[in-house]
Amino acid sequence: MAALRIDAKNLHYTPLNQQIRKAVCDGVKEIVIDNVLGQRFIADGLRGDDVTITVNGVPGGDLAMFMSGPTVIVHGNADHAPGNTMNQGKVIIFGSTGDATAHSMRGGRVYVRDSIGYRGGIHMKQYKEKRPILVVGGSARAFLGEYMAGGLLIVLGLNGQVPVAERGVGSGIHGGEIYVRGEVEAKYLGVGSKQLPATAEQMEMIRPIIEDFAKSFGLDPAPLLKEKYSRIAAASARPFANKYTPE
Amino acid sequence: MSIGSVPLRFKVEIDPERCMKCGRCVENCSYGVFRKESDNIVVANSRACVACHRCLAFCPRDAIDIYEKPTDYRTHPVWTREVREAVFNQAKTGRIIVAGMGNVLPYPSIFDRLVLDACQVTNPSIDPLREPMELRTYIGKKPAALSVKEKPNGDAELLTKLAPNLKLETPIMIGHMSYGAISLNAQTALAKAVTKMGTFLGTGEGGLHESLYPYQDHMIVQVASGRFGVDINYLERGAAIEIKIGQGAKPGIGGHLPGEKVCADVSCTRMIPEGSDAISPAPHHDIYSIEDLKQLVHSLKEATEWKKPVFVKIAAVHNSAAIAAGIARSGADAVVIDGFRGGTGAAPRVFRDHVGIPVEAAVASVDAKLRKQGVRNEVSIIASGGIRQSADIAKIICLGADAVYIGTSALVAMGCRVCGTCNRGTCAWGIATQRPELTKRLDPETNAVQVANLIHAWTDEIAELMGAAGINSIESLRGNRDRLRGYMLDEGLLNVLDVKTVGA
Repeated sequence: MAALRIDAKNLHYTPLNQQIRKAVCDGVKEIVIDNVLGQRFIADGLRGDDVTITVNGVPGGDLAMFMSGPTVIVHGNADHAPGNTMNQGKVIIFGSTGDATAHSMRGGRVYVRDSIGYRGGIHMKQYKEKRPILVVGGSARAFLGEYMAGGLLIVLGLNGQVPVAERGVGSGIHGGEIYVRGEVEAKYLGVGSKQLPATAEQMEMIRPIIEDFAKSFGLDPAPLLKEKYSRIAAASARPFANKYTPE
Repeated sequence: MSIGSVPLRFKVEIDPERCMKCGRCVENCSYGVFRKESDNIVVANSRACVACHRCLAFCPRDAIDIYEKPTDYRTHPVWTREVREAVFNQAKTGRIIVAGMGNVLPYPSIFDRLVLDACQVTNPSIDPLREPMELRTYIGKKPAALSVKEKPNGDAELLTKLAPNLKLETPIMIGHMSYGAISLNAQTALAKAVTKMGTFLGTGEGGLHESLYPYQDHMIVQVASGRFGVDINYLERGAAIEIKIGQGAKPGIGGHLPGEKVCADVSCTRMIPEGSDAISPAPHHDIYSIEDLKQLVHSLKEATEWKKPVFVKIAAVHNSAAIAAGIARSGADAVVIDGFRGGTGAAPRVFRDHVGIPVEAAVASVDAKLRKQGVRNEVSIIASGGIRQSADIAKIICLGADAVYIGTSALVAMGCRVCGTCNRGTCAWGIATQRPELTKRLDPETNAVQVANLIHAWTDEIAELMGAAGINSIESLRGNRDRLRGYMLDEGLLNVLDVKTVGA
């Protein structure tokens, strides 16, 4: 079936999403949306494993929230919380994103070519084969991976950026893992997180993910893979076990 | 010198004359109070007793007695026993004290200082046995005005697009208690009861277990800060979606289900690994403002194609009225106000007892604020936290609520004795536990009947109260302050509640 093109100029998000849903329901596999300018909730709760949506422009908040399956490619920046509570699928952003990127994400992948705002990957979680992955090419702001309960978060620090140089990295983390190129200054680590150099085995685990990220943006993965990485994870599996006493 | 032991909270005694040594108390006590010794049954450890009364309830000979606080401290009006024992506990552990159920401080009850009206001579009462009484309640947005077009054949066509509403056959719903906080058998009993009674049950933030899918049309799914169990299937299954911002028992803080309660099945509905702590942060980290709340409300509506009402639940706090006015403008269809007497599986004692305000004052001020701003029709008000009896429901409806959530009283209908140790996970009644040997004690069928009976009885009582007041529709009771009087309430509170004093 031919690709569907939607002109989103002056279009509210509800009729836009209705058109997307109807197209997916009718069996369209390729959707291109032009002139996107701040429409929120694009592909919100959308299903369809083999559907690709290309967004030309800047989508508004909660892009691909609760999405379960499709791939969304954004040629532009994205606002607040892309990949929020996303279940499955892929979001590829050729630009930067706002705060709470991949908030509470449960599965699938979010790739951000440039940088993300505050609270990236906060409260990501995993269950069995569902393991969300967030990869950031540039840098992240404070509270990265806070309260993380599962999943994988990688910050590459491309173009000479420091991956993260603000406080609260992994505070309250009790599952999952954060990898950064180089290392995070100890003073920026949050309560309950622990940083160690990534082992060869761990590097092997993240290698295909970095390769896939690089491929998505036409980058050469080789220089990225030569570098040293650090892994930040929970200092203990039960960070709050010793905080409470029964009445 | 160590602090040593504190006096017993409960002393358990077995009357040897009455005991037939059947051993039911030994089997039923999940706290290890009783022991079989050769042919005898002895009280091995009174200190472990929580007064859950499971032993009493199953003793065939009334042979067991439980005495509270058998040893006295020196009486002191300021340094109460509870205050002293909290100090002992924290001096020993250095930790935050956690407890179950609701507020235990003896704050005066506003409900108990409000009295309802009845007709005498000048206007007749209505007999609910003879006359129809309308208790059906719709929760959701109501249009400010209707636009109607007359068709050529004389029929009227409604042009106004109506927002989805929940249809309740009684203004009593059961609030959110998650699978994890309570057992699946307990949730199943509640789900069966609400289905039978034409009302609704909240799932809490624990996902929706597969075995409850048959009752999904009577379940309100919850989206809380941990987002446990939330995916598009879950959202689509619920009859409505509730965003939990706060809880009356612990306003301002998140939740924490300890790993030991996350068994295989709980892990499956929450979608987190078995044995992992389930931590709900204090805020939703995608909501840092009222504009962000609007975004979450709209994202849930957009994801479910605008077919589901979305509720927002907040704890009753000092500025509830202004907060609720913001919620009314966020696109939410109902605001749930959870008072400071609301129950919980576990909460820090300092929050449970000291943070928040009574639901009566919060609902009255929210209703007044929304009316003043002309948006009361935009949002329904659901009151919860400390609803103990049908009179409380009638009174809170007079103060402006559309419907209520009950919680603790529904558990009491299943045997709960309000022992307040839900946090320990050893509930002998099979309610607040995930241990299979305990949860199997709770039969969903018989307990569903008991919970349905309670809702039925309270609904009948509300109908009688309405009839006595000459009111035949719940809508005429709603916000009807004229049918309430305050008894020994101060002027400030009477003003907040907008009710007159008795005699006026």
